[in-house]
Amino acid sequence: MDFESLIAQCREMIDNPLHPEVLSWKEKTGGKAVGYFPVYSPLEIVYANGMLPVGIMGGGNKLDVERADSYFGSFVCSIVKSTTELALRGDLKYLDGIFFHSICDAARNLSFVFKRNFSPQLFVEYIHFPQNPSSPSAVKYLVSELERVRKKLEEVNGRPMTEENLKQSIHAYNENRRLMQNLYRIKAEAPHLLSTPEAYLLTSVGNWLPPEDHSMILRAALEEVPKRKIRPRDKIRVVLEGSFCEQPPLELLEVVDEAGCYIVDDDLLLGRRWYEEEIPLDGNPVHSLAESYINRARYSSVSHDWRRPRSQRLVERVKQSGATAVVFCIAKFCEPALLDYPLFKDVLEREGIPHVSLEFEEKMWTFETLKTSVETFVESILFD
Amino acid sequence: MAKEVSEKKEKSQYQGRIHQMQKDLMARWMAELEQAAENNEPTACLLVAGSNLAILLRCLGIHQVYPELNSLQLAIRKQSLPYIQIAEEKGYSTDVCSYVKADVGAFFSGNMSSLGTKLPKPTLVLSCFSGCNVYIKWFEHIAAYTGAPLYVIDVPFIRSGEGPCPEDIDYVVSQLKEVIEICEKMSGKKLDYDQLRESLVLAREMERSWLEIKELTKNIPSPYDDYFDCITLMGPLVAYRGTPEGVEFFHTALKEFEERVRLGIGPIPKERFRMVVESAPPYPYFRTFRDLFTRWGACAVGATYTTPQPPEFLHDPERPLESLAEYPIQIFTNRGLVQRYQLLEKYVRERSADALIIHSVKSCRLFSVGHGDMREYFSKKLYIPTLMLESDLEDPRYFSEAQMRNRVDAFFEVLEHKKYLAGKTIESHAT
Ligand code: SF4
Ligand code: SF4
Repeated sequence: MDFESLIAQCREMIDNPLHPEVLSWKEKTGGKAVGYFPVYSPLEIVYANGMLPVGIMGGGNKLDVERADSYFGSFVCSIVKSTTELALRGDLKYLDGIFFHSICDAARNLSFVFKRNFSPQLFVEYIHFPQNPSSPSAVKYLVSELERVRKKLEEVNGRPMTEENLKQSIHAYNENRRLMQNLYRIKAEAPHLLSTPEAYLLTSVGNWLPPEDHSMILRAALEEVPKRKIRPRDKIRVVLEGSFCEQPPLELLEVVDEAGCYIVDDDLLLGRRWYEEEIPLDGNPVHSLAESYINRARYSSVSHDWRRPRSQRLVERVKQSGATAVVFCIAKFCEPALLDYPLFKDVLEREGIPHVSLEFEEKMWTFETLKTSVETFVESILFD
Repeated sequence: MAKEVSEKKEKSQYQGRIHQMQKDLMARWMAELEQAAENNEPTACLLVAGSNLAILLRCLGIHQVYPELNSLQLAIRKQSLPYIQIAEEKGYSTDVCSYVKADVGAFFSGNMSSLGTKLPKPTLVLSCFSGCNVYIKWFEHIAAYTGAPLYVIDVPFIRSGEGPCPEDIDYVVSQLKEVIEICEKMSGKKLDYDQLRESLVLAREMERSWLEIKELTKNIPSPYDDYFDCITLMGPLVAYRGTPEGVEFFHTALKEFEERVRLGIGPIPKERFRMVVESAPPYPYFRTFRDLFTRWGACAVGATYTTPQPPEFLHDPERPLESLAEYPIQIFTNRGLVQRYQLLEKYVRERSADALIIHSVKSCRLFSVGHGDMREYFSKKLYIPTLMLESDLEDPRYFSEAQMRNRVDAFFEVLEHKKYLAGKTIESHAT
């Protein structure tokens, strides 16, 4: 399949809110489907239990939020509302359970709104990830938390998960992440060959597929991309930061691109790319997972590690990717991203790295103002 | 005119002896902090939710400052807005927690308290975050701005079953041991476990009185307002936990309230409605907000915000570190919404309340996300009359007095009518 058809296929999958691929997987395997709210979720354990992890990344810009508004206050990001709307409409019926994580106060309360309104039909679990990785006891704690999750899944599933199951699952996700990383490598080295919206489509279909199937798509794409005949253009190289949870509309990414930016690195769909190194397969796999979370995870505004502050790691990423600027792309009312901004801003100013800040909502239709501000920003750098 | 006079008379009068005692204690505390600042004595920034750690810090010779209390004081003295704006100029969004912004603004304006006293710069920034993820960021910012070392005690949220699992307690205890080591290095003082146990005995005594005081709100009329008055009692609980002064204060308070029960005195001349309140008050309009309810003769008999310690919790001197760890884990902000609903329902039932008032604080997601669901649950499932109001706890720009007054009045008019009809039914049954 050529690259364009591959992208068209991904687009089709994303546009169908019923996600027939999940249902057909369930029919074929007789397994259960478990949703996960951003950012990172231990997909490896879910999949090792013979369940399909399904990424629930909000409602996109086609969903009308009608009923969910009244469940929340006015200062709440869109994804919290749209996810509830999906559940109220019955659009999450294909799920047997859903995971939420300790990313922010809004997501945590959302998990309990889900518990009250949609369980027991849907089992709802909240995972507390350690926020003090510098403590020597953090790994031990996380092992206990992952074991709790494992027991819960075994209980729901009615059968135990073996160590071998988990190792195979970790292996599948290691491979899947490696392929996504290759995709991102191309994006950094030859950004004209693969735009961010394209990379995004290729990554996000993984939300509804088992890792092996997703990896097949990625492999096909990786083969096709180098064959494309596109000439580089005069654009600035930027790192996009702040979209680790609620996802910006695809049109917004297109606009940033059109306004003169090659996005050479980003934190879109971050949970799926949480580790840039492989999770080791020797030793106890639950321990490996926990230890990788503590020592090998990507930085993000929803996890904290003072051994290496996030602002320092952002600067490192800018330098590594050869970017000249940072575009903050932050969901309206997203407190973890908004509260990280002042510290990021300070360090970027100190380092002389220019930045621009954009705010988005899932349901955004016009991008003109946004485009103008990115264009102005790009011009200020190009003609500096 | 006549209405105005009667309104004035109906305004709350909470002027007991403990009121003065409370003022003196807090003034002394501020003075001690000022002294500490002058002498460069070791000081730690702490959070109210994990404020029981003050017991430990005191034994280690370390003073405590509470950025939250400073924000609160700035708001109540109507000083918060300029500081919020300073933070916004520094890149803080209009949509993030305004407590953080007021504190950051005040820090960049000379680190002054609302009374104009100088606050000490922390030697340690100790975040024990109990549920609110903003606390982590907030303290990270303080550490970045002051250059002081940061330690975040990771407190696992209560997420399965009713209470914490043993692994969670172990995790927090191990972190406490790390904190003790850091503090010992900082102050050059070794932790004396006997002294810690003694302080915990005192803390437990304070907590016992506190719980007894809370129970008194079951009386009709309630001897004090469990929202507006109780906030004042929280100062000494936080600042003097585990000290003889704290014990004396709460013994006196208990006696005073018991006396009021005996005499049938409440905080307002005639208690006509009893309410339970959810979430923090709009501090910049504290008085105005209170009066909206007082004029209807409404008295709070329960509130989540004034449940600063886990319900039924007492420190156990025999298990010092475990007990110190269990407190921040078990506090209600570290529990899910469903458990918060249960707590509120318990207050409504046990304390014979007529209504639930939800003050949804815009910039505080910990409290406000899900308030719509809460209202739905209480009014539609439990049939408890519920009123939801919205403003902010620190930012005066979100408070609209006229609008709020209309909503409160409309609500109580209906409630009054219902009470009248219910009374009639009882009468007609009687005859
Ligand atoms: S978008 Fe931000 S605030 Fe909203 S759920 Fe995600 S992390 Fe939380
Ligand atoms: S979000 Fe709420 S609980 Fe957290 S610091 Fe702000 S006001 Fe306090």
